[in-house]
Amino acid sequence: MSNVLEVKNIEKYYGNKSNLTKAIAGISFNVEKGEFVGIMGASGSGKTTLLNCISTIDRVTSGKIIINNQDITKLKGNKLNKFRREELGFIFQDFNLLDTLTAYENIALALTIQKVNSHEIDKKVKEIAEKLEISEILNKYPYQISGGQKQRVASARAIITNPKIVLADEPTGALDSKSARQLLETFENLNKKLGATILMVTHDAFTASYADRIIFIKDGKVFNELVKGEDTRKQFFEKIIEVQTLLGGDLNDVI
Amino acid sequence: MLFKLSIKNMKKSFKDYAIYFLTLVLGVAIFYMFNSLDSQQAMLEVSQSTRDMIRLMIDLLGMISVFIAIILGFLIVYANNFLVNRRKREFGIYMTLGMGRRQISAIILLETILVGILSLVVGIFVGVFASQFMSILVAKLFEADMTEFTFVFSKDACIKTCIYFAVMYMAVIIFNTLTISRYKLINLLTAIRKNEKVKIKNPVISILIFLISAGILGYAYWIVTGGVYELGTADELLKPILMGIVGTIGVFWSLSGFILRIIQSSKKVYLKGTNMFVLRQLNNKINTNIVSMSIICLMLFMTISVLSSSLSIKSALDSQLKELTPVDVNLYKTAYLPESYVNSYNGKTVYYTEVQREDSRKPVSYTLKTNGYDMNSLKDIVEIPIYAIPEWTLKHSFGDYYETVKSQFSMITYDTPESIIKISDYNKIASLYGEEQYTLKDDEYIVLCDFEQMTSLRNEAMKGNSNIEINGKTYHSKYAECQNGFVFMSSSNMNAGIILVPDSFELKDEWTEQYFLAANYNVETDEEKEELDKVLSEENDNILFDNLENKGIELLGTTKISLTEASKGLATIIIFISIYLGIIFLIASSAILALKQLTESSDNKQRYTILRKIGCDEKMINQALFRQIFIFFMLPLILAIIHSIFGIKFILSMLAVLASPDELLPSVIATAVIIGAIYGVYFLATYLGSKNIIKEEE
Repeated sequence: MSNVLEVKNIEKYYGNKSNLTKAIAGISFNVEKGEFVGIMGASGSGKTTLLNCISTIDRVTSGKIIINNQDITKLKGNKLNKFRREELGFIFQDFNLLDTLTAYENIALALTIQKVNSHEIDKKVKEIAEKLEISEILNKYPYQISGGQKQRVASARAIITNPKIVLADEPTGALDSKSARQLLETFENLNKKLGATILMVTHDAFTASYADRIIFIKDGKVFNELVKGEDTRKQFFEKIIEVQTLLGGDLNDVI
Repeated sequence: MLFKLSIKNMKKSFKDYAIYFLTLVLGVAIFYMFNSLDSQQAMLEVSQSTRDMIRLMIDLLGMISVFIAIILGFLIVYANNFLVNRRKREFGIYMTLGMGRRQISAIILLETILVGILSLVVGIFVGVFASQFMSILVAKLFEADMTEFTFVFSKDACIKTCIYFAVMYMAVIIFNTLTISRYKLINLLTAIRKNEKVKIKNPVISILIFLISAGILGYAYWIVTGGVYELGTADELLKPILMGIVGTIGVFWSLSGFILRIIQSSKKVYLKGTNMFVLRQLNNKINTNIVSMSIICLMLFMTISVLSSSLSIKSALDSQLKELTPVDVNLYKTAYLPESYVNSYNGKTVYYTEVQREDSRKPVSYTLKTNGYDMNSLKDIVEIPIYAIPEWTLKHSFGDYYETVKSQFSMITYDTPESIIKISDYNKIASLYGEEQYTLKDDEYIVLCDFEQMTSLRNEAMKGNSNIEINGKTYHSKYAECQNGFVFMSSSNMNAGIILVPDSFELKDEWTEQYFLAANYNVETDEEKEELDKVLSEENDNILFDNLENKGIELLGTTKISLTEASKGLATIIIFISIYLGIIFLIASSAILALKQLTESSDNKQRYTILRKIGCDEKMINQALFRQIFIFFMLPLILAIIHSIFGIKFILSMLAVLASPDELLPSVIATAVIIGAIYGVYFLATYLGSKNIIKEEE
């Protein structure tokens, strides 16, 4: 299978010469098409910085990030925006839905800014809503629906543009456990049935256990990697906990 | 330390201060300009009577300034409140650091004083320069000589401006201290997180309300234009005004829902780029600002119609004046003075001397000749007596209609005898004035009247029965209606009624009420006319007036030149007051609109950040922001313009002026320029300010 994402020895420094902070100190990994990869790490381990670099919100100090055979660290200005718009999908912890727009419009907005034909938009929104079981709430406003529903709307918005890779930053962070489970099942659904490539950052072992493979990060470096393989989710979850204990970040990680 | 903090704060939040500062500067400048009128150069170059008119205007402007100061005061407090609210979080942080409320108040006090002083200095500076331009306008309106230009600075106006604004800033300081004393730390720190609930309206109701409001407005428009002749009294005007207000509020209540619905029905437009987002933003913004949008719209409406009609009024007054002053001079005096009469105010008996009584039995020319006036300076002299018969009063003229009129207009004195002129006498005047001449049969009379309200009353009375019984004979009106005309010159149609009777009508000499003289000056050029006019109007060093005063003879009169100057003065007063009020209203509405837009900046910021996150580039975002603010600014303006079209028509029809488009055009252009400039500056400041806010890093 081809690689959708190739991260090649990237580094990210903050500050100046006298006070240098290495947020990322040489990370390399690949994500294949159709993979569901989790990135785990304690607070301050550099996982959010990594995601920001991949999502082109932040720039790397050195190294290459190749998405779909394109080195995004070389992109600038409008090309970068265009790339972000067309090749990436985002899911945020706090949903980032526009409160003045209905669910339908929130999803459609991702397409309208790509100047997609209006007939197609309508069709696509309804299609994706059905798959994510949010058809009933399409005409509701964000404040009228639950957190889980909001995140599913956000997921629909992220996936509707058919991005090469969906980047999810703590998607279950603001959800109760029931909604979180539903959302993760949605993700699984997206991944398995729609073939979406997902890169998810989380610190929660349960959330991570839905992924196929997990990359652990500590102090800006890849610390370990776990592949689910033929394991059940429970077995995988236990393995994750083990690595987390090894990382020593779990207790400190309680927010 | 606090001072340093204040300065730093101002520098940091300079862009937030922009609108506030702009409003203050404009307010100060306008205030200075209109209060410095009296010392402007143009005022020094005009004639005495014009200067009196200017005095009156300045007194009026002074009174209006108080009203304006109150408006500006509210506006400044409002704008300042916006600034303080925007910085709640900052104050919260100061408080967590241990700063007391008093110290925070001190910071704001310092800032207010700094901004106040700065705005006063800049404002007066701008005002001084702008008033030089206004001087030219004044000169043009009063036709003063402005060949020599000197730079004028009015100390009085400057001091007055400083005092008024100092009071306003005091109000701001008091208001701020009150606001801060009510703050709770938790609210300060979480102020930004406050999320407003999106108000949603039923689209069907929105459409319905919109159509109803449009209908109401349409009907109100019709009342003041098409149906304007059915408007009798001022009370009836209240109806279209109220309908206009209700309609305006209704339109703003339903407009966004209506537009949204319309555009949503076209998926092609709705689902294109950021259209959806912009529309929803607007929808939200308009729905939360219905009242202020309506007020702004109505203020703009007033500004537009007042500004553009005031200039037309001037030209209308000018043309009316030409018609009403056909000769250079009118002179008249009371005839047949009695030996004595009882002053009805103080009950004292006033005696007339023999000289006075002797003079009052002779025509005006006799008085002039015997008191040293050079009769050669007059030509085309026409002299007539005007009679009054005790038994022919206004009450008689109204006849059966009297009771009805009296119940409606109790203020008119109905016992006043009517003024009566013989037809042959009137025809002499008419021929001099270039008016229509009449003939009468022995049992006929004509009522001459051009004062509109009185005309309609008299016409109504004549509809029933125009028969009048005098001296045992019955007379009836030749025409079914009053005839348009006048004898006494004036600056507007003020002839409440003169009755023309056949020459056979029996009139005794002692019934003569007034002797009247109309004539032209026996010279050609305007300068010479002005010289002659002084002899009849200026009381200093004047043989005629000295003699008359010694003898106690009262000679009254009006001249074309004095009427023209008075009328010009009136027009100028109207123009100045309307410009003054209009611009202040304009500033107030633009500032409120701008602040409204900026107030919700934090919400906006969040939304635009989301747009950016899902991949909108800066160009799209700026475009969306621009469109949002542009439409937000344009909506009240567009409705105000529609209102104004009918408002101006109404004003013109009220003044019975048929202003041709040519006459209206310059004032409409001037209005558009003024509004475009001020509104445009506020729009730009708002757009740049908002852009800055949404650009800020998280």
